[in-house]
Amino acid sequence: MTDHFLLLTLFALFVSLVFAVLLRDTPREQLRLGGMMFGGFLTAGFVLGWVMFPMPF
Amino acid sequence: MMLHSMATKSTTADRAPASAEPGWLVLLCVTAWLVPGAGHLWQGRRQKGIVFLCAIPVMFVLGLALHGTIFPFQFSEPLSGLAAIAEFGTGLPWLFARVMDAGSGTVTSPTWEYGNTFMIVAGLLNALIVLDAFDIGRGRK
Repeated sequence: MTDHFLLLTLFALFVSLVFAVLLRDTPREQLRLGGMMFGGFLTAGFVLGWVMFPMPF
Repeated sequence: MMLHSMATKSTTADRAPASAEPGWLVLLCVTAWLVPGAGHLWQGRRQKGIVFLCAIPVMFVLGLALHGTIFPFQFSEPLSGLAAIAEFGTGLPWLFARVMDAGSGTVTSPTWEYGNTFMIVAGLLNALIVLDAFDIGRGRK
């Protein structure tokens, strides 16, 4: 299990799940916040990965 | 009469729930720290409690499986010390891992830093969960 994107996805899944359940009370709101956080994590990881790609270090 | 009833109302509203005694709150926080989600389950928040009970230990065990390190409380290296405090927040999973001598960490493994991140974040998330359980116990939520 050394796929970086898979590990990033797992991490994003757990963190957004816990935050969504912690910060919202109804399942609908939890799903909405969790989905937004999960999407945000993945997008940020993907974009930052490509931005850092040409860097020599 | 009106003044009397207003005063009665405000004191009733300001009063903490009967269960929110300091000793009970300490016990609640220790239980919530030891078993992630137990503080919520104890106070009837079943859905939240079950999610925390599953997510935090799984995150911690994943961190161990990814060759993460259980950092020693060694404050000569500040980052290691802080990581140790963060991991300590996981509660029983951390204690079990310490007792079973797991989490020696494989620095050469490509997933070592991922493992550390999973374990540190699991502990920090559990600290937030304990604070949330405390807030519920105080009647703030």
